[in-house]
Amino acid sequence: MKFGVVVFPGSNCDHDAYHVLGTVARQPVTFLWHESHDLQNCDAIIIPGGFAFGDYLRTGAIARFSPVMQAVSKFARSGGLVLGICNGFQVLCEAGLLPGALMRNAGLKFICKFVHVRVESTDTPYTQACARGEVLRVPIAHMEGNYFCDEPMHARLQREERIIFRYCDAEGRATAEGNPNGALDNIAGICNEGRNVLGLMPHPERASEAELGSMDGFRVFESLVGAMARQ
Amino acid sequence: MKAYVYVSLKKSVLDPQGKTIQGALKKMGYADIGEVRQGKYFEITLGGDLQQEQASAEIERIAREVLTNPVIEEFRYRLEQPD
Repeated sequence: MKFGVVVFPGSNCDHDAYHVLGTVARQPVTFLWHESHDLQNCDAIIIPGGFAFGDYLRTGAIARFSPVMQAVSKFARSGGLVLGICNGFQVLCEAGLLPGALMRNAGLKFICKFVHVRVESTDTPYTQACARGEVLRVPIAHMEGNYFCDEPMHARLQREERIIFRYCDAEGRATAEGNPNGALDNIAGICNEGRNVLGLMPHPERASEAELGSMDGFRVFESLVGAMARQ
Repeated sequence: MKAYVYVSLKKSVLDPQGKTIQGALKKMGYADIGEVRQGKYFEITLGGDLQQEQASAEIERIAREVLTNPVIEEFRYRLEQPD
């Protein structure tokens, strides 16, 4: 069981993800440089946060053409586990591995703060150890987190229970006040049809140790490791 | 050959930057300002001796594949033969 953390020029949460997987979850983990054409037999891939290629053109727009992303796409389409965090979520949307797009925050400001998200479905490898409706306190740090998709796709995401995290208040109510960036239907994270690819704007890797103010983010990694062990 | 490509958000997509600019213009006293939409603009020089038709096909492909995110954006362009 090996994890791979993709590194683009401009990734800046790669070491955080590596640390959580290697030191906190005690799993084998390796970095995968963006020019790599293969995934070094990794069993799960993390696309970390940051500003891949400076976010030039659009967030994730250049990164998706990296050699490593061709390998990640192939891996994801054959059922491989791929987790995109923040900029990684944006890259996965641009690459067409997840539907929709992440637009400029409605308030036009970069937002860096702790928020609450509600686990909407436990039917993914990334949330299987959580309880449905569980509220996680995790940080966000982004300028483009305003999730958008057209209405037919939104209806489909709802019908197929592919909205995995919604922004909410501390009590777990998905209110307008609990929505930091204007995201459609308070969407903070979604998965693909096969439920093996997940993207979310919050940073679970920044809230996986008590010293960091919250361990709620570790629920995601704990779920993933558990799901992989059972495979 | 030179291509001028304009990328804008689809009509169905809210443009908070355009809205902010519109608000600022109104505050400045430009009373007749209607909707403002912000977009992106690219100038692309095409090498070789591409015919108009090939150049169009190439630019459309580039615009669809790279310059726009079709979920939220649309584009238009014009080609010009420099003097």
